[in-house]
This record gives sequence, structure tokens and C-alpha cells, in this order.
Amino acid sequence: MKNAIGVEIPEFIEGLGKLEPYQGVWKSIIEDEVPATNISRTLKAKKPHTSKVCDNLEVAIKKCNPFNGMTVTFHHHLRGGDHVLMATIKILDQLGIKDITLASSSLTSAHDGLVPYVENGMITKIFTSGIRGQLGEIISKGKLKYPAIIHSHGGRVRDFLTGRIKPDLSVLAAASADEEGNATGAYGPSAFGSMGYADIDARYSKNVIIVTDNLVEYPCVPCTIRQHFIDFVVQVDSIGDASKIASGTTRITNSPMDLRIAKIAASVIEHSGLFKNGMSFQVGAGGASLAVAKFLREDMKRKDIKGSFMIGGVTSYGVDMLNEGLFQSIFDVQSFDAAVSTSVLNNPNHIEITCDQYANANNCGSMTNKLDVVVLGALEVDVDFNVNVITGASGEIRGASGGHSDTASGASLTVIVCPSFRGRLPIIQNRVHTVVTPGESVDVIVTERGVCVNPSKPNLAAALKKAGITVVDIRDLKKEVEKMTGVPAEKKLGEKIVALVEYRDGTIIDVIYNVENLS
Amino acid sequence: MAKKKRRSMLYIPGNNPAMIQQAGVYGCDAVLLDLEDAVALNQKDAARILVRNMIQTVNFYNTEVCVRVNNMHTPFGLADLEEIVPLQPDNIRFPKTETVEDVREFMKEVRRIESEHGIEEPGMTIHVMIETAKGVANVYDIAAADPRIDAITIGGQDLTADMGIIKTPDGVGIDYARKRIVMAGKAYNLDVLDTVFADVNDEEGLREETEYIKKIGFAGKALINPRQVDVVHEVFNPTENEVRKAYRVYSEFIKNKNAGIGVFAIDGKMVDAPVVQRAITVLEYANIDLKEIEKSVR
Repeated sequence: MKNAIGVEIPEFIEGLGKLEPYQGVWKSIIEDEVPATNISRTLKAKKPHTSKVCDNLEVAIKKCNPFNGMTVTFHHHLRGGDHVLMATIKILDQLGIKDITLASSSLTSAHDGLVPYVENGMITKIFTSGIRGQLGEIISKGKLKYPAIIHSHGGRVRDFLTGRIKPDLSVLAAASADEEGNATGAYGPSAFGSMGYADIDARYSKNVIIVTDNLVEYPCVPCTIRQHFIDFVVQVDSIGDASKIASGTTRITNSPMDLRIAKIAASVIEHSGLFKNGMSFQVGAGGASLAVAKFLREDMKRKDIKGSFMIGGVTSYGVDMLNEGLFQSIFDVQSFDAAVSTSVLNNPNHIEITCDQYANANNCGSMTNKLDVVVLGALEVDVDFNVNVITGASGEIRGASGGHSDTASGASLTVIVCPSFRGRLPIIQNRVHTVVTPGESVDVIVTERGVCVNPSKPNLAAALKKAGITVVDIRDLKKEVEKMTGVPAEKKLGEKIVALVEYRDGTIIDVIYNVENLS
Repeated sequence: MAKKKRRSMLYIPGNNPAMIQQAGVYGCDAVLLDLEDAVALNQKDAARILVRNMIQTVNFYNTEVCVRVNNMHTPFGLADLEEIVPLQPDNIRFPKTETVEDVREFMKEVRRIESEHGIEEPGMTIHVMIETAKGVANVYDIAAADPRIDAITIGGQDLTADMGIIKTPDGVGIDYARKRIVMAGKAYNLDVLDTVFADVNDEEGLREETEYIKKIGFAGKALINPRQVDVVHEVFNPTENEVRKAYRVYSEFIKNKNAGIGVFAIDGKMVDAPVVQRAITVLEYANIDLKEIEKSVR
């Protein structure tokens, strides 16, 4: 069956079940009843004055009665510094557990160690929003038994609530916690700020273990994760490499190209009609997208604009804007540096939110639906404004869906920032290799060589032209760039489906095939 | 036609293809494709060939393209001219120009090459760089040495080296040279362009220096990093008030001219030809079309 963007979707995949094709950004949410059945929280009980604290992680895991075919979940707030996920998998392996479904909110380079466990069949399914490094390579080569499911941040919450992900064990790292499992990411030697992604795991998993390297006197306050969801608590020497978890403050890029693109993007926002008091704003944490915040900050000061809120992954740069009064508040689902943790802890206008509140399409208060402007990056875009943030130049899995499609769907203005080519590779394609965010939800693509406006927004294009911004037809820009780069050869792909890209409403928007000759 | 702006002239090493292909997208007024100091001796041939090819293939959009060749007294100067002159970039920049004879020597070669390639009406102009004490001493004669010279520029690093002094942030050592070169340029209606500001991370220092050189008469500044473009433009761009005032002066000038009146007053202040000329300069820097003002006045 074909979905709404013409991708052939299998109706059924062994191990994953029946698949629904993507129908459009809002079609299934607006027109259908809420699909699937809600699952209910697991009933748990504990006698008074018994301890949850276990001597070590293995003891705690054994108490959770692990079994073959179980689903184990994690959050990725420790990013590249995470030690907890790998420690858990090693213990499960030593206990002889097989056929594991791994459902981590994202996977980073810290998880390259999963490779042998995928290759030997201990891990057979993966649900996640991002896959990188060596793990991405072997999945791209077809080494995972069943296709990986790439969901969005909001989609993950939905997958828990509908039972697509059925968590049997959640091992959740915390920067500080107490003996009952009240836990926070905001303080402690390995502080990482918000624990927004972990909330859904804590609420819905059959067994929840809190792992911390800072066990504090009861009660741990303020806390994010509450004790009535937590089964066991483990103290370890270290939950991860603090320097890779969150350190210092985020610096704006020095790359002249990123700065140039960011400056144009800020100008697009300024002349979009949304640049006014009460504006809400989200920006990515790296490269050109974060640099947009620098120019927007200057523009807001110059024109005396006071925004309403910022959301999303939060950097110290966003915190600075909050402290300068440029925004009233920050809603923080993920914090990117140490300075943000301090702000989460101390500033009442810096509000930690769950991923459910952040981006779940199937609730009635998703923050992304209140968003005016979002600035996002791209690995590739195409002439229909579809965006790929998951597969690289050879078709290999090497990125993250994250909140890309969530925020794009809700924002009044979705701005994609990307160079027109990287190295020798043109970024604008006839069709991106993998659609993560559909063009229907993308308004503007900003490159150093001009701004492309989705033809569905003619008024926006006219406003930008009037402001002197170079607006170009995306097909013309593609041709211009290809004069320099040439047209890349077609990617050589196999016939095995190695991953499915799940749109935020649970439908399948794209399919990723194996790459045969990945160097 | 409005005079070409040369607020920002961005140096790009001639042996760096990635930088050259992106040179036109940074919003600077001109790019300086450098075959001279930015290129190591063993890269001179490669840079010359690369610049030759990229001038013909890269879209520099509305950015003026200038090539800095090597001095004619080096083994590379003539070879540079042989490759670059036939392509007629917007301008060629001659480094370390010291005497009128230097100008005559390289212009003789330029004209010979143009003639050999059948270029009868060359559009390419010449920028001369003053980078030695001798050049500063002779700058008035150099400025007048050839009608194709349309800009004169100071090379601060080489000049301080030649003078045996250290280039300080306050620029005091080259202040006399700057002012003398400005005056020579103004005497012959040439654009006068300032030297680079070497610390790319010192935005405030760049702003202060640019404000200073604008005050003493420079039309623009050479840059070494695209990140410097915005600061320099902010300094050279007129303020909103300046533009409003200039708009009013020019509108009144057209009205009075149509009525046959040469000198008039605005708010009790006399407006004569120099005031009008300054207003025109401001409007041109603000990209305001004088013809549109003339139409609206009619």
C-alpha cells in the first residue's frame, strides 16, 4: 500500500504487526477517533517501611524478573556520556536474557557497544528517535532481526500510551535521587537538567529502577520523577561521563557559513508577520539553528519585542534570553548544558515539562501546538519541502528524528536552515532519501544562496520579497547548486527493510532499506 | 548609475576552492581572490590555475571580483597577469606599488595582454596597494599615474614591517600614511580602502577601527573573515535619521532645481552643492534609487 507521499508501505511486518500508512500531517488526528486503545498503568504494591534500595544494578534487575522477549526502556538525557544503558544490557546478557526490545528515547555514540548484542540476536527490536555511529551502520546493513522503528519524541509517548511499546523494565538514570526513587536531573555531580523524556517510562513501565550517583537524604526535593512509580533504587559510582553529559555553556558557532544562514533565517522570522510581542520560539541546539537565536536576540532587543515562551531542547543561550527578559518562560524537556541545569533548579519561569506535554500529538495540550516559530536543521531537503534528518549520503542511518516532525507540525512558521551543499553533496534533492518531516509542515528553507518558500504560503513569499530577502524557487536553486556539484549518483540499496520511520501519529511515513556497500 | 559600494572587501586565499566557491554568498561588497601573501610559495601555480578556473565557473552574484596578483618583481607577477587579465575580473590589485614606474610597468603588461586577446574596451579597473614608506611618499603621483586606477589601498601589515614598527591596535604608526593616502585618493576621485583588522574575534576592536577610518575618509575596508562583514557594513551604512535627512535634502534640491534655484535653505540652513553631494552619497549607501525620488518630486 502507498502512503500519502507515495511511499510503498508493507501492510504487515513480522514482529511488528500491522502498519498504517501516513495520510497527512493532521488527517489521522483530526478525522479519526483516537486510534488504538489506551493502556492502563500497571498496578503495584509495596508494604510499609520496606526498602527499595538495592546493592547494585544486577540485584535490582533480578528482582524485576527479567524474561526472554522483554522490552527494556531508557531515556537519553545523558547523551554521549551515558553509562547506564550499556551497564543494563550487559547484565541482562549475563543473565542469559534474549530477544530484547530496546526502547531508548534516543541512541548516541555512547551506545556503540550495543553492536555485538544486535549481531548475536540478544537485541532483536529497537524503538528510538535517533540512531548514530556504529549502531546505525550495522542496522543499515540489516543486522537487526526486525526493522528498527524511528519515532519522534512525541510519537514515543504515543507509542507507550497505545501499547505499541510495552515497557517491562525501565532503567532511568538520575542526577540525584532518594531511597524511595524521587529523582531529578537538575542537581548532583552528573546534573543534566530536565528529565522530560523519562516521565512516560516511569509512569507506564511494569518495573522501574532509578540509578543515581548521588543518593540524597529523603526526600529528594525538588524532584521530577515521583516515588509512587518507582520499584527499586540503585546507587552507583557514576551514571556517566560528566563531560559528555552536560558541561559549561553552549557557544554559538564561529562558522561563517552557519552564521550567514542564521542571519538570513532571523530576517525571515522578522518579516514573517510573527515577530511580535508574545511570540513563542524553538530552536535547535547546534550550528546554524542555534545561531538563529543570536540574531533573533539582537533583533528582539532592537525592536523591543518580548516573547512568550521558548520550548524544547534548551541551551544556556536560551537561558540568557530568559534572564534578559526577552521571553517570559522556558518549557524544558531536555537541557543541553550545565548552566541550564542550574536554571531549571532555581528559576521558577524555567519549567521542566514531560515529553507528553511537549510533543504528543494525542493529547489536548501539546506545547508544540502553541508554537509560533521553530528553526530546525536538515541533512537533506527536497523540492516538495520534505526533510530528512535520519539517513546520510549513502543511505545509512546516522541521525535523529527527535522533535523535528512534532515541532514542524505545530509551529505556525517552520524554518529549515541548511547549506545548499555540504562538501561536494547538494542538499536539495528531487526526493530526500528518507522523509522524516513531511513538506506539508515545512514553510521555509533557508540556505546561503537564497530562501525557498513552500508554494502553499504565497503571502509569506510576498512578504519576504518585499523585505528584500532573496526568495528563489527551490527547483531553480537545486539546478544552480548542481551546476557546481553535479548530480549525485543514485544510492545503491538492497531490498531488505531495516527501519521504519513512524510519523508522530503512529502511521508509517517512510521505509529505510539496507545499504549494501557501506564502507 | 549609483557608485559601486566597497565597504567590505573580503580576502579569500586563491588556493582554497571551498572558500572561493562560497565567496559570493556572504553579502560582502567585493571579494579579493588572493594570489599573493595568502598563498605559500609552493602553491603559487596551483592558486593561479584555481582562481583562473573559478572566476569562469563560480557565481559571485552581485559581488565585485578583484584578484590580487603578485608583485611584478617576483617570479609570479607576470604569470598571474597572463592568466587573469584575459578573464577581465572587475579589478586587479597590485601589491607593493612604490613608484609611477611600477604602475607604468604593470599597466604596459596589462595592455599588451588585453591587446593580444582582442580586448578592445577593457572594463577591468586597477587597485594599487601602498605598502611601503616609499609608496606612501609617492602616493600622489601613483594615484594619478593611470586613468584605469579607481581605488587605492593601504597594506598595514607590510607597511609597518617596512617602517620597522609594530602595528598597534590604535594604528598610530600608520596614521600618517592612512591620511596621506586618503588625501591622494580624494584628490583624484579614487576609492580609498583600508587595511585588514587581524583579530577576527575582536568585534568591538573592528568596529572602533572601522568607525575611525570612515571618519577620515576611507570608503571601505579589507576583511579576512566573513564574520567581519556585518560589523563593517553597520558602520558604513547610514542611520535611519541620516537617510531621512538626505532624502529631504535631495527632494528639495530637485524641486528647487526644477524651479531654477541653485542654493536654498532647509530649516534655516543653507543647502549648496557639497551638501547635496553628501546627501546623494548617503542615499546611495542606503540603496535608495535617486530616480524614484526625482519621480516622486515631479
